[in-house]
Amino acid sequence: FDLTASFKLYECAGLPTSTTATKEELTSYLRTMLVCRRMETNADTLYKAKMIRGFCHLYVGQEACVVGMEAALRREDGVITAYRNHCHQLLRGDTVEGVLAELLGRRGGSAKGKGGSMHMYNEKFNYYGGNGIVGAQVPYGTGLALKYKMSKEDRVAIAAYGDGAANQGQIFEAMNMAQLWQLPVIYVCENNHYGMGTAVNRASASTEFYKRGQYIPGVKVGSRDVLAVREAFKYARTHALQKGPIVLELDTYRYYGHSMSDPGLYRSRDEISNWRSNNDPITLCRNLLLTNNLSTEDELKALEKEVRVEVDEATERAKAQPQPETAEVYRDIFQKEIPFIRGIELQTSVQAGQPL
Amino acid sequence: MPVREALCAAIDEEMEKDPTVFVMGEEVAQYQGAYKVTKGLLQKFGPERVRDTPITESGFAGLGVGAAFAGMKPIVEFMTFNFSMQAIDHVVNGAAKTHYMSGGTVKCPIVFRGPNGAAAGVAAQHSQCFASWYGHIPGLKVVCPWSSEDAKGLLKAAIRDPNPVVCLENELLYGVEFPMSAEAMSSEFVLPIGKAKVEREGTNVTIVTFSRLVGVALKAAETLAQEGINAEVINLRTIRPLDFDTIASSVRKTNRLVTVEEGWPMYGVGAEIAAQIVETDTFDFLDAPIERVTGVDVPMPYAENLEKLALPQEQNIINAVKRACYRKA
Repeated sequence: FDLTASFKLYECAGLPTSTTATKEELTSYLRTMLVCRRMETNADTLYKAKMIRGFCHLYVGQEACVVGMEAALRREDGVITAYRNHCHQLLRGDTVEGVLAELLGRRGGSAKGKGGSMHMYNEKFNYYGGNGIVGAQVPYGTGLALKYKMSKEDRVAIAAYGDGAANQGQIFEAMNMAQLWQLPVIYVCENNHYGMGTAVNRASASTEFYKRGQYIPGVKVGSRDVLAVREAFKYARTHALQKGPIVLELDTYRYYGHSMSDPGLYRSRDEISNWRSNNDPITLCRNLLLTNNLSTEDELKALEKEVRVEVDEATERAKAQPQPETAEVYRDIFQKEIPFIRGIELQTSVQAGQPL
Repeated sequence: MPVREALCAAIDEEMEKDPTVFVMGEEVAQYQGAYKVTKGLLQKFGPERVRDTPITESGFAGLGVGAAFAGMKPIVEFMTFNFSMQAIDHVVNGAAKTHYMSGGTVKCPIVFRGPNGAAAGVAAQHSQCFASWYGHIPGLKVVCPWSSEDAKGLLKAAIRDPNPVVCLENELLYGVEFPMSAEAMSSEFVLPIGKAKVEREGTNVTIVTFSRLVGVALKAAETLAQEGINAEVINLRTIRPLDFDTIASSVRKTNRLVTVEEGWPMYGVGAEIAAQIVETDTFDFLDAPIERVTGVDVPMPYAENLEKLALPQEQNIINAVKRACYRKA
C-alpha cells in the first residue's frame, strides 16, 4: 500500500513510502474501528437518554489514530491520554461492556463507576487513563518514560493530547526534560482541528504541531489511513528507544461536538460531511479491502452486522449492571489502609470501613 | 543533629533500602541541595537517582507522578513549597485523586517535600504555610516535622507509605540541632503518620501546634509555668490525617485549648481543630472559649518589624493561654 503522501517530516528521515498488510490485519483493524464507532454511537444514545451523566467526549471520526497506534505498540508500552479516551480504554484490554458500564456509572466499570467518562484506567495493560485536566497527562506520560529509562526496560510511553492542549506550558516543560534525558516517549498530538469550539488557527500561533517540539523531531501523519498511523508508530517506537522523544501529529477529525453539550455552531455541516465522505477512516479501510479484492461487499456487510449485534448486546449487558455498592463511596482513598472518613454528618462518618 | 541532616539521613537510608526510591528537584544533585538537605547523595547514588531538574515545577512534579504510576517511589523536592503552586494540579488532581478515580487500581507512591512557611525577610511570595491547603485534600497525607527525630521518622514514613505524602519542612529549622535518641539513629526508625506527640505534659491548658512554633510554644509554656500555669504542648507531627484523639483526651484533662499556627486564620488548621472539638462531646469539657493564635490575615510584609508583627510570637501564645485560663495579662 502506498504511503507516499502520508507523512510530513520535521528533523527526521526514513519513514516508509509503502507498506504491506494481510487481509487478516486489515479486517481486524476495520473490525476494531467498527466496534469503536458503534460503541461511541451507543454512548451518544445513552447520553441523550440521560443515562450517561456529566461530560462525554466521543471519538467518532478519529478511530484510525488509536487503532493504528495499538497495531504498532507492544502491550508493555505505557499509554496515557486526555479525556477523549473511551476507545483507548477499549484497546488497552477493556471490553465494550466495561467501557459503557463505567460511562453508565455501574459497578462493572474499570473504576467501579467512580471515574466516569474521563477517568478510565487499566494498569495491568499499562494504561494510565483518561485524564480530565487538559495537558496534565503529558508530564505523567513523560514520567512513565522516565521509569522505563531508569529501569533499563525496552518500553516506550505514549503521551497523547489534542490540538487544544498543545499550547499548555507544561507540555514544553515535559518535552524539555524528555530531550535532556533522552526519554523513550512518543508525544502524540491528535489534531482534530478544534480545541472545544476554537479552530486551531484561532488558538495556535503555529498549527504545525509536529514541529512544536523544536529540538525534538516530528512527523505529521495523514490519520484517515490506519496503515499510515501504524507505520508512523513503528518508526516512532524505534526512534524513541534508540534516540529519545519524538512528536507525532495525527491529522484527524471528530464528527461530533467537543462534548455532548456542544451544538457545534463554530463549523458548517458541509465541512463535517465533506470530511466524512472523503476522509473517513472506516470507509478508507473498507475500500482497501474491496479494491484489492481481499473482501467482498457481502463479507463486509456481514462483518458490520456482526459488530452491531455484538456491541448492542454488550450495551444491554452494561445497562443491566447494578450501580456501585453504596459503601464504595468510602473506598479507595488510600492503598493498603481504610482510614477514618468524615461523613456528611459526623454521625455518618466511617471508621475502618464501618459506620461509627 | 540538625534537622537538615536528619532529613538527609532519612532519604539516604530509604534510597539504600529501596532501589525504586529516587530524588528529583531543582539543585538537588550537583549543587548539593538549595538548602543542602540532599548533600552527598549525588556522590553516593549517582545522577540517575539524584536528578537535577530544570526550573519547571509543573513539569517535574508531573514526571514524578507519572514515574510513581509506573512503579517508582519519587521524592520530589520543591525548593520551597511556594513554588508547589506551579504544580498544585499534579499534587491535587494527579497524585491525590487518581487512586480513588481509578477504583483503587492506579497507585501513586510519591513524596513532595521541601521548606514551608515563613523564612526570614523573603516577603509575601516566599512566606506562607501550606498546611491547610494540602490538609484540605482527601487522598493526601500531610506531615509537618519540628525536631530532628520528627524529620527523620516522618520523612522515612512518608517515603515508605504507598500513598502520596506531602512533607512540609521549615527552612528556619534546617540548621537547628536537636538531640537524637539511639533509637532515632537506627535505619529502622520510623514515626507513625497520623500520630501527634505530647511534647510537654501539663494540666491547666492544651496548646496544639506544629513545625517551628512547637519550639516557641514550649518556651511559652516554660514562661507560663513560672506564673503557675501548667501547659500541655502537643506537636501535631501530622496535619492529615489529624490525630484528634490525642487533642481530645488532652482537652478533656485540661478543659482549655489554644491552637497555634503560622498560617492564615481563615479555614486554617486551628479552625478545623476547633470545629472538631465543638461538634463532639469534647465540647462539654471546655471551661473557656477556644483561642486561636495564627499568622495575621495579610500577605507577609518584608520589613523586619512588620514581618515580626505578622507572625505569632511567644507573647501571643502567653496572652492567649492567660485568656483561656481567665488570668490577667
